[in-house]
Amino acid sequence: MTTLAATLRTRVFKEESLNRIGALGFVSLVTAALVVAPIVAVVWNIVLPSEATWSHLASTVLPEYILNTLLLLALVAVGVITSGVSVAWLVTNYRFPGQRILEWALVLPMAMPAYVMAYAYTDWLQAAGPVQTTLRELTGWRVREYWFPEIRSLPGAAAMLSFALYPYVYLLARSAFIDQSRSTHEAAQLAGYGVWGRFWHVSLPLARTGIVAGAALALMETLADFGTVSYFAVNTFTTGIYRAWLSLGDAVAAGQLATCLLVFVFTMLAIERRQRGRARYAGKRNPMPPQPLSGWRAWGACALCSAPIAFGFVIPAAILLKLTLTNPEVQFGAHLYGLVFNTFILAGIAAVAAVAVALLLAYAARTLTSPLVHGANRVAVLGYALPGAVIAVGILFPLGIIDNAVIALLREYFGIKSGLLLTGSLVALIYAYLVRFLTVAFQTVEAGLTRVTPSMDDAARSLGLSPARTLVRVHAPIMRGSMATAALLVFVDVMKELPATFAMRPFNFDTLAIEAYNLAKDERIAEAALPALVMVAIALVPLVLLSRQIAASARRSRENIH
Amino acid sequence: MKPFSRAKLLSYALTLALLSWSAVAQTQSKTLNLYTARHYSTDEAFYSGFTKLTGIKINRIEGGEDALFERIKAEGAASPADVFLTVDVARIWRAEQAGIFEALKSAVLTKQVPAHFRAANNTWFGFSSRARVIAYDRSKVSPGDIARYEDLAGPKWKKEICTRSSSHPYNLSLISSMIHHLGEDKAREWARGVAGNLARPPRGGDTDQLKAVDVGECSIALANHYYYLRLLRSAKTEDRALVERVKIVWPNQNDRGTHLNISGGGLLKTAPNRDGGIKFLEYLASDTAQTYFANGNNEWPTVKGVKLDNPALEQFGRFRTDSLPLAKLGETQAAAQKMADQVGWK
Repeated sequence: MTTLAATLRTRVFKEESLNRIGALGFVSLVTAALVVAPIVAVVWNIVLPSEATWSHLASTVLPEYILNTLLLLALVAVGVITSGVSVAWLVTNYRFPGQRILEWALVLPMAMPAYVMAYAYTDWLQAAGPVQTTLRELTGWRVREYWFPEIRSLPGAAAMLSFALYPYVYLLARSAFIDQSRSTHEAAQLAGYGVWGRFWHVSLPLARTGIVAGAALALMETLADFGTVSYFAVNTFTTGIYRAWLSLGDAVAAGQLATCLLVFVFTMLAIERRQRGRARYAGKRNPMPPQPLSGWRAWGACALCSAPIAFGFVIPAAILLKLTLTNPEVQFGAHLYGLVFNTFILAGIAAVAAVAVALLLAYAARTLTSPLVHGANRVAVLGYALPGAVIAVGILFPLGIIDNAVIALLREYFGIKSGLLLTGSLVALIYAYLVRFLTVAFQTVEAGLTRVTPSMDDAARSLGLSPARTLVRVHAPIMRGSMATAALLVFVDVMKELPATFAMRPFNFDTLAIEAYNLAKDERIAEAALPALVMVAIALVPLVLLSRQIAASARRSRENIH
Repeated sequence: MKPFSRAKLLSYALTLALLSWSAVAQTQSKTLNLYTARHYSTDEAFYSGFTKLTGIKINRIEGGEDALFERIKAEGAASPADVFLTVDVARIWRAEQAGIFEALKSAVLTKQVPAHFRAANNTWFGFSSRARVIAYDRSKVSPGDIARYEDLAGPKWKKEICTRSSSHPYNLSLISSMIHHLGEDKAREWARGVAGNLARPPRGGDTDQLKAVDVGECSIALANHYYYLRLLRSAKTEDRALVERVKIVWPNQNDRGTHLNISGGGLLKTAPNRDGGIKFLEYLASDTAQTYFANGNNEWPTVKGVKLDNPALEQFGRFRTDSLPLAKLGETQAAAQKMADQVGWK
């Protein structure tokens, strides 16, 4: 999409752009290079010799891991797309009981990390848990004499990840549905399409880009997940990476496996881009007014839209709450406030930084045709699909080199004895978050940027505004919504982040996610429930803001037509 | 225009705050920088005990042992870390192989820590030990039937055994010890037998296995002893009820003894505060710190003759432990994982 916009741009301002935008292109390339560096450090392993790890894994467990991964991806794809799209369609096109509330409540599961959900559901549903215990008391059955769905299984993991990740599809599908113009729908109606026909043949194809972008985020996060699958002992490709690295002690083979994962993701994204082709839909924002539903349809819609919230938020939150309240050893004190503060600071700074960088990259891609800039952007967003611990090692390595070089330099030329400047600083940690979560901000900002039509640029430029001024005066106000969305999504993701925070944080600096994980790892789930619950509560604040903003913008555009 | 300049102002302020934060000096002789994989609530008490004793303040990063190890390697000569503490001897061994620990000539440490609990070249020391025990349902199994690890592979226990994933360090070190005691071929047969006897695919942690025995999903499980002791000392009545129904045996009492793993660590070669680091390691081997280990996570002190001050540990009394030098377990960890993969122990 941006490719086309960029082509248009430079076709109009060809001579001008070359000297004026040179600096922008340069800055964007350097930024992309910084984000890509850790990924290169991981890929670098393919030129290094590895031990017999590969042949061992390939001849024993790898085929099963690959099969599991593909199955998991397929199930999560079906899960997030069916639930995300159907609820987005219902809340944008119909009016039914609770619709106003459901419209924003549907993003709540984003506050619940999939691994926390996994802890909660396991505690609840395992054979020793309350559900099965009650069942046995009521029926008199004994364990192993009846069948009960096993939560710690591949379908169970797919369910956890779908509950946690469908909001990505919901958010993007929803804004795509809102953007669809009334005239298109009326044309479809005239052509004899009913409700289903309009949905299948008009709305869905028009919303395809948004739905696929949301599903891509969900699937990349599924590939990178280790917390949920390892807790459920579902062996995926990521398990293979960890097994090579930790159990077999072969970091090189782990890096090579991670590279395979990257190639897979890169290919899938490239195929998707190709399929999408040059299609571009820029309808006028003139959405359909929602139609009221009545009777069983209304209640059915309400139930359907409540289900993902119940499974993805209410039930796990209730389980955590019960664990916290019934645990005699729960600790609530000053320590917790420190964790809250640290979590806020990290997530806040990272959110602002990610939006700034995403804006820079997306804007450069829009104004420049350079294949280098576009290629760099496409690689820069891959960090999202790598397991966090792999990324962390990829970051630590170049940072260590830079740090030691700077120390040597300072000593040599200035006689200054210094310690590490980057590694172990908050700057390095924010950098790690950028590498991991830039995709989330980039996708959102890029989508927002496509809303700015080329003619607006032309108008601004012909009035004598420089590209930078155009960005500030024209683009920024139009894109405020998507920038805020990007910032909030990154905020929530950073809050839940574990592996990079684990490896790279400064001394005496813990976050809620780390506290929860440390306790859970030590098999003290009940004590881990409190920090997890607080983390969920904090994530709610930006999410509610986000939802209300989206709901308000939807209402505004609806009111405009009356 | 307006919102943008506000955002700009905010970003300047944040950058400033960020820079001043990271510029805080990290290395002083009055502070000790600790990278540790231990995380127990009682650890606080024993860190402050050290500060009271020596006046040295402890900075720490508690985290995943593997991530911390990678961080030490990446930080290289400039690493601020003085001491690296971790759990599982194979990880400690791997750190030693990477050459990050300094060989110490500390009379205190070599006297206090028995030889099989430390490296032959004194680069690392074990400070607490954990036993891999067999838990069983007392209504279905009599303790005599399952007195040795070898018994787990017997045909009697088809679909009766629960355990966590083979890739977990506690299982890998057990398989490693079988390789050393039985030889590779017999150890593989043993692992194949255990994998064939599993009641369900490995999943969950050690506590989950104990609970699975309790509700009847299986009648035998492998677990580290302190998870059982934690339930024994729990304030929850259902936890203590479990301990009534599920009992444990200390395996191999009539031959080589029960398999142990350790938590431990060493001084980094690049330690900025070398003296402080040695003091800290010696403190860990002192009676006070050893008592904390025994009390906090229900682990056994590695130092002999330390007063336990923990009724749950004392209740089990003395038992015979495997005296195989623990460093050996590190050497065969990769082989153990390969073996598990080959026999289908997931």
